[in-house]
Amino acid sequence: MTNPTTAVGNNPAIETANGISDEGLVAPRQHLLDLDDLSAGEINDLLDSAEGMLEIAGRDNRKTPALRGKTIITMFFENSTRTRVSFEQAGKILGADVINVTASASSVSKGESLLNTVKTLQAMQIDALVVRHPHSGASYFISNHTDASVVNAGDGTHAHPTQSLLDLFTVRNHIGDMTGKKIAIVGDVLYSRVARSNILAFQKMGAEVTVSCPNTLIPDEWNLGSTLGDETGFGGLKLARNVDEAVDSADVVMALRIQQERQDAGHLPSLREYSDRWGINAQRMALANDGALLMHPGPMNEGVEISSEVAHGAQSVVEEQVRNGVAVRMAVLYTLCAPGKSTRIGNSESTSGDEA
Amino acid sequence: MHLAARKLAITGGRVIDPAQGIDRVADVLISNGKIDEVTASSEWTMLDDYEVIDASGKIVSPGFVDLHTHLRDPGQEWKETIITGTRAAACGGFTTISAMPNTDPVQDSAAVVDDVVRRSAADGLVRVLPIGAISIGQKGKQLAPMGELADSGVIGFSDDGNPVADANLMRQALSYSVELGLPIINHAEDKKIGAGGVMSAGTVATRLGLAGVPAEAETAMVARDLHLADLTKARLHIPHISTVGSLVALRTAKDSGVDVTAEVTPHHLTLSDEWVYGLKGEVPAAVGSEAYDTNTKVNPPLRSRADVEAVIDALSEGLIDIIATDHAPHAATDKVCTYNEAAHGINVLETAFSSVFQLVDTGKISVVRLIESLTAGPAAILRKDLGSLKKGFSADVAIIDPGSKWIVNPEQLESKSVNSPLAGVELTGRVVTTIYQGETVFDLNASGVFSEAKQ
Repeated sequence: MTNPTTAVGNNPAIETANGISDEGLVAPRQHLLDLDDLSAGEINDLLDSAEGMLEIAGRDNRKTPALRGKTIITMFFENSTRTRVSFEQAGKILGADVINVTASASSVSKGESLLNTVKTLQAMQIDALVVRHPHSGASYFISNHTDASVVNAGDGTHAHPTQSLLDLFTVRNHIGDMTGKKIAIVGDVLYSRVARSNILAFQKMGAEVTVSCPNTLIPDEWNLGSTLGDETGFGGLKLARNVDEAVDSADVVMALRIQQERQDAGHLPSLREYSDRWGINAQRMALANDGALLMHPGPMNEGVEISSEVAHGAQSVVEEQVRNGVAVRMAVLYTLCAPGKSTRIGNSESTSGDEA
Repeated sequence: MHLAARKLAITGGRVIDPAQGIDRVADVLISNGKIDEVTASSEWTMLDDYEVIDASGKIVSPGFVDLHTHLRDPGQEWKETIITGTRAAACGGFTTISAMPNTDPVQDSAAVVDDVVRRSAADGLVRVLPIGAISIGQKGKQLAPMGELADSGVIGFSDDGNPVADANLMRQALSYSVELGLPIINHAEDKKIGAGGVMSAGTVATRLGLAGVPAEAETAMVARDLHLADLTKARLHIPHISTVGSLVALRTAKDSGVDVTAEVTPHHLTLSDEWVYGLKGEVPAAVGSEAYDTNTKVNPPLRSRADVEAVIDALSEGLIDIIATDHAPHAATDKVCTYNEAAHGINVLETAFSSVFQLVDTGKISVVRLIESLTAGPAAILRKDLGSLKKGFSADVAIIDPGSKWIVNPEQLESKSVNSPLAGVELTGRVVTTIYQGETVFDLNASGVFSEAKQ
């Protein structure tokens, strides 16, 4: 009864003011680095929370005081439009102060190390760090060197958990229970953090995931036409022989961005050939189940991995994904930074005498 | 006390000297910095002028010989120096180490090599043998003055860290070295295969989203080098061999008479790529914040379990000739960063014996073969009177307590750097005393010369 987190959440006054219910709040969790350490139940709790957030984000006056007095820093070492802006928007709707740091306009460009950058920000008493970094594991590294909550907004080719949450949220809103549903992911699996996080996330929700891409863009130890064993860490993942096999009878088709540099590095003969053999177009979407969803994490290369016709067609939920991204990130930030959870120096239990 | 005249008797230990085929309880007698004899205690009478080290219950081995050490001196003295590196060596039982030439400036001229030799003799706690560069600046373009370097005492040539990518330059280096009688030690890695990789390709790399280097990047260049050694009839020494494929190629070459030797590191014998998960080899259900342990980043990368088992078997049977440390100290800032940013290399000298001794405890290799691979084996490649307790040899001895347990604390290592993935790991079997030229340079339990020097 005296648990401070639930006490705040159950306060009718605050609940009314915020429009935020604490029902479904997961056990205290400091960081969100990937979804692999979340249970399906925890993921569903977050998605439930995002439902409420979506409603708030759609209001005429949507500013809430839920995270008033909290400071969130978005630290982006890679270019980004939708992820960075949606985190910023999510934080601001919740009433937090959001400060954006980009590598090119910070001391990073003067050669400051990641460690010292984090320590510098930490010294300013922040509550959450939202990190995008080109190196896999960067947010894990940072989480070891700060008291703030760390949200992984994409680390190298490893993970992008909030993208997965918004993808799950979008799919759940359309098809509900994902058990046994077929998710086809088509694109650069080798270099894609979205692919890695989404394979694990959709499998966790009971879906069957099939990927398709050129053999040069899957790890060498994977074989086209096989189903991966548990020892791979992606047990149950199906590797289609070709794109038609992947898309056939799919409930969700997800196209991933293909980068020009894959052609330059010799992974592909040309983007034109990629488009021909792996691009998602109306003909290929016709192989999927009726009403199948077409998704893309963005930014899209229209005419390469996805044709303009289907990208903006009836089955496309691409813009919905972006809208949902704000709600999902509100849920994440609220869960991690909920009132009473401050880890700042000088605040409640975290104060220790020798911290100078 | 006049150290040169010191007479020392190491009594009652299990003396293992593979060069002489000795494995029995015996006493080792030393005077004037040289070995007098290895003898049964009943065969000699102790006189008052002997200082006695009671080695009962211990293993008495020739001091270890390392063919692959990075001392970082000159040029990167914040990582290691000749002084701290030789202290670390003494702590680990090594009485001879070989300084890799990737210093700044590179050891590609007599001037630099002579400086290393001179300062090592003056400041080093143990013997330092220099290795010369294969190419000027280790750039792989033009041969270094190999003859001049040989005259300065180098024991081989290597562009370690920078594989000789140009097959013709490698061919010429091998051919030119024939007259000098010294081995070419080429870091075997085709940098184009798996370019940008930071760990071994495979399940772990895929799971962690780290770019992987396939084992074939090593295997392909090992195969090339073996064919070129066959062509030139030169001596080739393969450093830190680590893949099943390389071993297949090595066996074929040895069977057909190619003059090749190979070394394996303690970490490739004991750690798999699963250590990158940061749980000392355990595979987690979910990637945790301990993952991406930068102290596991090394080149060649930690390989699969199958590779680890294969190099153990190959060392045990003698296909791999020796153990060499590839001791590669790095400053904290080189490792407290993302995995991509981290420098390659592990701090090995002080943990080397203890870590590989686990293979003896688990029955995977005999203690005699293990000690051979640290003593007689490397000495044979050096073609020097080292690595044995033969009469008249330098009195270099490592005394090992096979039951001593310790937990690795990198902060307590004598090396200037702390980059060990074994932090917190308990190991059994440890060098407790190291004697170099008849002097005690390390004594774990007493305030020996080394301990005084520490203060």
